[in-house]
Amino acid sequence: MNSKTNTSFLINFLDKNLETISWGLYVVAAVLFIQGLRLMNSPKTARKGNKVSIIGMLLAVFVALFTTGYNKFETAVGLYAVLAGGIIGIVLGVLLGKNTKMTSMPQLVSLFNTVGGGAAALVAINDIINPAIQSFPKSGQAHGFVEVGTGVYNNTVLTFTPDNLAMIGKIDHVALITAILGIFIGCITFTGSLIAAGKLQGILSGNAIKMPGCIIINILCIVGALITGIMIFTNALHLKLFPEIVKLFPEIVHSIPLWKLVLLFAGFALVLGIAFVLPIGGADMPVVISVLNACTGTAVAMTGFVINNVVMIVAGALVGAAGAILSQLMAKAMNRSLVSVLVGGFGNSTKISDADSGFSQQLKETSADDLAIQMIYAKKVIIAPGYGLAVAGAQHEIAELTNLLEEKGVEVQFAIHPVAGRMPGHMNVLLAEASIPYEKLLDLDDANSQLIQADVALVVGANDVTNPAARRKGSSISGMPILNVDEAKNVTVIKRGQGKGYAGIENELYGLPQTSMLYGDAKKMVAEVVLAIKEL
Amino acid sequence: MSPTVIAITLFVLALIIGIAIIGRVPTTLHTPLMSGANSIHGVVLIGVIIVAGHINSPSSAIIIFLASFFGTLNVVGGYVVTDRMLEMFKPKKSQEIDSDTKITTEPISISVEVITQEAQKKGNK
Repeated sequence: MNSKTNTSFLINFLDKNLETISWGLYVVAAVLFIQGLRLMNSPKTARKGNKVSIIGMLLAVFVALFTTGYNKFETAVGLYAVLAGGIIGIVLGVLLGKNTKMTSMPQLVSLFNTVGGGAAALVAINDIINPAIQSFPKSGQAHGFVEVGTGVYNNTVLTFTPDNLAMIGKIDHVALITAILGIFIGCITFTGSLIAAGKLQGILSGNAIKMPGCIIINILCIVGALITGIMIFTNALHLKLFPEIVKLFPEIVHSIPLWKLVLLFAGFALVLGIAFVLPIGGADMPVVISVLNACTGTAVAMTGFVINNVVMIVAGALVGAAGAILSQLMAKAMNRSLVSVLVGGFGNSTKISDADSGFSQQLKETSADDLAIQMIYAKKVIIAPGYGLAVAGAQHEIAELTNLLEEKGVEVQFAIHPVAGRMPGHMNVLLAEASIPYEKLLDLDDANSQLIQADVALVVGANDVTNPAARRKGSSISGMPILNVDEAKNVTVIKRGQGKGYAGIENELYGLPQTSMLYGDAKKMVAEVVLAIKEL
Repeated sequence: MSPTVIAITLFVLALIIGIAIIGRVPTTLHTPLMSGANSIHGVVLIGVIIVAGHINSPSSAIIIFLASFFGTLNVVGGYVVTDRMLEMFKPKKSQEIDSDTKITTEPISISVEVITQEAQKKGNK
């Protein structure tokens, strides 16, 4: 008897308070996300931070499943769709996450960003073209951009009749606008991140791809998106906002079903995403990924507005802020404004520098054995890694070299330029994989104060970030902070070939008297140096 | 107050918190941070689940299926990758002593306890 009354009490309690309880638990999840990001401040607590954030996510998903299940899925199809998609997502996510090489991390993050933006856009699309009256059936309170009314929206095609206009009553304008924005931002992120991932993976050319009609495509898409966006707005609102305009073209406005408008709108945004990232060079991809990451966060927050969900709003805003700050830090490190990065790559200004650096440099080649001897008798060696190290996957050889040199009493440090590699902190992750302690990694300012005292500076696959041309005027990278590698007593550059860096200009470092070149794949060359040291 | 006003307030406050927290992250952790933030925006999955409760047409079933796939891939993949990256961020010494990911102060406090216990045992003898 007791248990029966207990359960009926519980059901009664849940009926009355489910919304409040779930809201409270969502707040807890949001706090866990904040706490998780805060713990990522320090390398010591970072992993714990990620776990705290995972707990927040599990809690939020559980609450969402429970409340939706408790209020009954309107059709079982909904539950199956979520479960089927979820299972595929879990399997693929674990497989990709576990098996992707550390050197391909940036494109993987970009790929996950792609699907995140896609999901946000899809939820927003669904909310406009299938605007079920998203009410909690038991409490009768609606959420979604429709506040009262039942069943009118079950047709995907919305037709304008005085009847349903009267029934719709109040419509939340802000929620509708945010849904439209959610589609827009989500779609741009979807194709934008996909292109960025393609560029990093080498499927697409990493160079800035200039299409002659690019500006025209951009303008057409923006105008198209603006028009269709406004049409969606007026169509979904049943044209309460611009009756004068609608009276001018009633046939056109009424004859286009809402879902066609939404697809058209999404299409414009998708093309815009491609046109936005294609002209940006591979060297700027870190900034682009960061910006797109922020965009997805914002799109998620927008979708959160539509269904009035606290954890989506808070988490989306957090990610938006993270991406924005990171992008700014990155752009600052390259001494360029965020706008100039996003408008187009280095390609525009390289013409000037090609003309003035037309001199041919006298390059001096060295051998692995010479480098080995030079380093063993040095007191301090500073290694400046770059994208070449990531491509060759030479981090373990570098770690072995470091250990060998330290056994011989040589002090080894790493000079990490903020934009070395293809992501902020790309080098740090790679070197950490080879268990090089993070205390050995110097940031730009520390590295430059140490480089003056260094006997040997070893540049492994880094180019533009070491070019002294940045310190004088008239070069396309002028003003970009660089590692002052040339201040070390001896400089050796390990480089695949005689090609240029992403900025497309000669590196004046290579022509300096203290610099010698070691041509070859970073992994192979470092291994040869290690072997040479062992044989000594 | 309308829910929209509350929602906007939440959004603005969360932005400020985000800026305050993230502004202090060292460069070393930028990639894992980006990856971690990337998985957090997978909360869109909550929206997918809520909306799935009100499916009323085949088209929305397809949309929800795709969205659920995308959202979960974002969440699961993101967290797995972030954890893999952070696993490597350990100082050399503690990695040899303890492969667990507890806070580094713990082993130290344990070892202090062990030492004092041993000292007591010796004293008892």
